[in-house]
Formats: sequence, structure tokens, C-alpha cells
Amino acid sequence: MQAVGVAKTYATGTRALARVDITVHDGDFLTLLGPSGCGKTTLLNLIAGLIEPDAGTLRWWGRELAATGAPGQRLAMVFQTPALMPWARIASNVRLPLDLAGVDPATARQSVASVMRLVGLSEVGTHFPRELSGGMQMRASIARALVNSPDLLLMDEPFGALDEFTRQRLDDELVALWAAHKLSIVFVTHSIAEAVFLSTRVAVMGARPGRLIAEIAIDEPHPRGEAFRGEPRFAAYCQRLSKLVAEAHA
Amino acid sequence: MSGRGGDAVHPFARIGAPLLVGALALALWQIVVSEYDVPSYIVPSPVAVMHALVEDRILLFNSLGVTLGIALTALAVSIVLGVLVALLFVRSRWIELSLFPYAVLLQVTPIIAIAPLIIIWVKNTWLALVLCAVVVAIFPIISNTTLGLRSVDPALLNLFRICRASRSQILFRLRIPGSLPYFFGGLRIASGLSLIGAVVAEFVAGTGGQGAGLAYQILLAGIQLNIPRLFAALLLITLSGVALFALTVWVSRLSLARWHESEISPSD
Repeated sequence: MQAVGVAKTYATGTRALARVDITVHDGDFLTLLGPSGCGKTTLLNLIAGLIEPDAGTLRWWGRELAATGAPGQRLAMVFQTPALMPWARIASNVRLPLDLAGVDPATARQSVASVMRLVGLSEVGTHFPRELSGGMQMRASIARALVNSPDLLLMDEPFGALDEFTRQRLDDELVALWAAHKLSIVFVTHSIAEAVFLSTRVAVMGARPGRLIAEIAIDEPHPRGEAFRGEPRFAAYCQRLSKLVAEAHA
Repeated sequence: MSGRGGDAVHPFARIGAPLLVGALALALWQIVVSEYDVPSYIVPSPVAVMHALVEDRILLFNSLGVTLGIALTALAVSIVLGVLVALLFVRSRWIELSLFPYAVLLQVTPIIAIAPLIIIWVKNTWLALVLCAVVVAIFPIISNTTLGLRSVDPALLNLFRICRASRSQILFRLRIPGSLPYFFGGLRIASGLSLIGAVVAEFVAGTGGQGAGLAYQILLAGIQLNIPRLFAALLLITLSGVALFALTVWVSRLSLARWHESEISPSD
């Protein structure tokens, strides 16, 4: 995915994003990091094809929006909330993208079973969302995003509403999933530690208007376990990013 | 000690407490009427009302059938029409902007004022009465269902858009299921209003004979100073209203009990 000079001003006159250039390569774990209101979600929505830019171009797998209509099935998104249909059981929620795409029931059933196993939800397929904890609901949301094997996964502060323990556990699981399935992920967060732990690259964004301040590569091998969080290099990355965010906010 | 635990109510008490209050009120009513020798054409005793209910049961229950027939038909028409109008409103903001003020106009105009016109214009009296009841009952269905169809989780809507869902997929898989709690809220109000509409229309029409409803029996009993029968008819109307409301609550619970906060019992 490539965004060249994309900018967005909403109908209310709010200039959400100045011209931004950003590229997501195959296998990237790119995190957009910045304070609230710096246009992270706007940029993610532009990448998802949910809104159109006022300027610049967006290309997915070498094709522009006009040619594709939308990124379609090769892209999936996880939102700030689990966004599960409360009236449908977990398995039905997970298979929604397949149902909408008209995938035949037998194939859909297999894909759902496989992805539910992957995120550790095999036992709760017949439960309703309200019967699950916040962390499990978010896992179901990730399973739904992975069910049609997307090439690019967009995640908009998915663990922001969870407690620190659940958040770290899901971070561990996500990074393992990413490594095992060779996914490309664009992840939005305002947690510096989460950005350092997960990413191969961190794009720091500044506010008013939203813009890209710097891009930092996290050159650390995967898998990164709990030990990485205690290492001096982890702290050094955090300090460096913290400084950049503070400068962007000043 | 405070907290929710202190407010726990035994399920039996939920039914028993109001029944006890009702029984005490009836006993007090009976005692006062007997003690002060109040004539039955002013306030009949509960025993006299029950006597009238048994004595005139054929007349009263036939009339109840007529009134309930009108109310239930009006409710069914209101549901079908109301949901269709709501779907139309959600399909186009322009249609909603153009028509919603007229739906409000219909709601705020007292039925007692327009019922005579409807009865004059529509030759078939039964149809005219149904129409009057529909005018009263339809608005909560339209307004609640429209609100429900519009109140979609934005993240879920974005998910459907990312999946390139068609309009009908969004409608049937997202908007309609999500609007059910709102629809049932409207249905609860509409069920009572359909009965009120039917009774008010019957009062205005004042039709007697074979097809006379409970309102006509109340009018007639009032003229004849047969106050026990009037109270008996009133009791039947009230109980029908409660039964209709209970039916809608039951249907709502059946549909929403597994997933919506409004119908989930605290023990779940």
C-alpha cells in the first residue's frame, strides 16, 4: 500500500491530515504513533478506502481506488471496539466477511473453525458476544479480520480499552500471529511501549494538522518475548520515540 | 448496608405485592360502599361490578371481541405500514425530510377531532374505526423503527463497507436486527394506543347493534345509569390493554433475551 501526498479536510473545516507520504511493504508491522487528534485514524480510514483523500493518491497492490473501487477482501480492519453484532453468536460474527462475500457454507465453516482455533476461541463459538470478556471479544474481532486471509490488516487502537495485563497478552499473541502468517499490519496506538514492542517501523505523527514527523525502524529480532520489555534497548527506543512525540506535540 | 444486594426482590413478591395492594383496595372500596350505602348508580361495589360482568357476559364479551378485533387489526396495519415508512425514511433523507413533519402532524392532531371526518369519509364503519386506531398507533412504530434503523454501530457499518456489502446486505444483516430493540419499544406503546384509538373512535361513531364495541356499551350503560355494567366494560378494556402490553413484552423478551441489555435478567 502506498500513499503519496494524501491530505484530508473534513466538511466541518477540520484539517485532519496535511500531505502524507507513507508506504507499507509486504510483511511490515507499521505502527502509527501520536497523540489524540493527530490524524492517525483518518490516515487508517484513508488506507481502508472508507474515506477519500482531498489530494494525493492511494495505491493498493499497484492499483488506484478508481480502478478497484475499494481495497476489498485483501484488506481487513480491527476497530477500537470489538464491533461484534450483539445478536449473532461468535462463530456467526467471525464468518460475516465470508457470508458477505458469498463463500460457500462448507468452506466458510472450515475457515471459521481454523481461525477460531488460531485465536483460542474454539470453545466459545456458540456464545453471544456479551457472554465474553473484553479481551475475548477483541480476539473474536481479530479472528473475523483474519478469516478471509487478508494481505493487509489495519488495526485502530484495538487494545486501547483493555487493562494492561490483557493488553500485553494480546500484544504477544498478535506479534506471534503476524510472524507466523507473514501478515502486513498497520497498527494505530498512542502507547509508545506497545509501538516499540510490536513494530518493525514506527511512524510518529504530529497534530494540527496531522502530519508525519519521523519514521523509526525497530531493528530487533522477532519473536520478542516478555524479556524484550525489560531490556535497555527497549527503553532506549521508548525514550527516543517519547522525545519525538513530545516535540511533535510542542 | 447499601448496594444492589439489599434491593434483591423475590420473584413471588413481584406478582404478590401488587396483587395484595389490589385486593386491599378492592376490600376498602367494598367496605366504604357498603358502610355508607352508596347507590350503585353513583359508585357500584366491586361485587356489583362482578355481578354485572357475569350477568351481561355475552353482551360484554361480544363487544370486547369487536373492540379487540379493531385494535388488533389496527396494530397489525400500524406495524406493517410503520415499518415500511421507516424503511423508506432510512433509504432516503429527502423522503424523511419531506414526510416526517406530516407523520408528526398526524400524531399531534387529537384523534377525537379528526375521527368524525374519517367516519364521514369512509363508508364502511369498521374500516373507519380501524383507520382511526391506526392514526393513533402508527407514530411510535415509525419514529422508533426509524431511529433504530439509523442507530447502527459506526464501526460495524465501516466493517460492512470494507467487506463491500450491498445495500440489502447492510439492511437485512445489520440495520434490521440492530433496530429490533427500538421497534419493540415502539410496539409496546403502539399496542396500548391501538386500543385507545379503537375505543375513542367507537365513542365518536357511536355505532350500536351487532357490531357494537365496548365503548358503545359504556355509552349505553351511562345513559341507562347502569353503572355496574359501565364499570364491567371499563374493567374489560383495562384488562385487554394490560394483556396486549404483556403480549408485546413477551414477544420482545423472546426476541431479545439472549443479547440485548433491556431484556437480560440480572441473574444472567
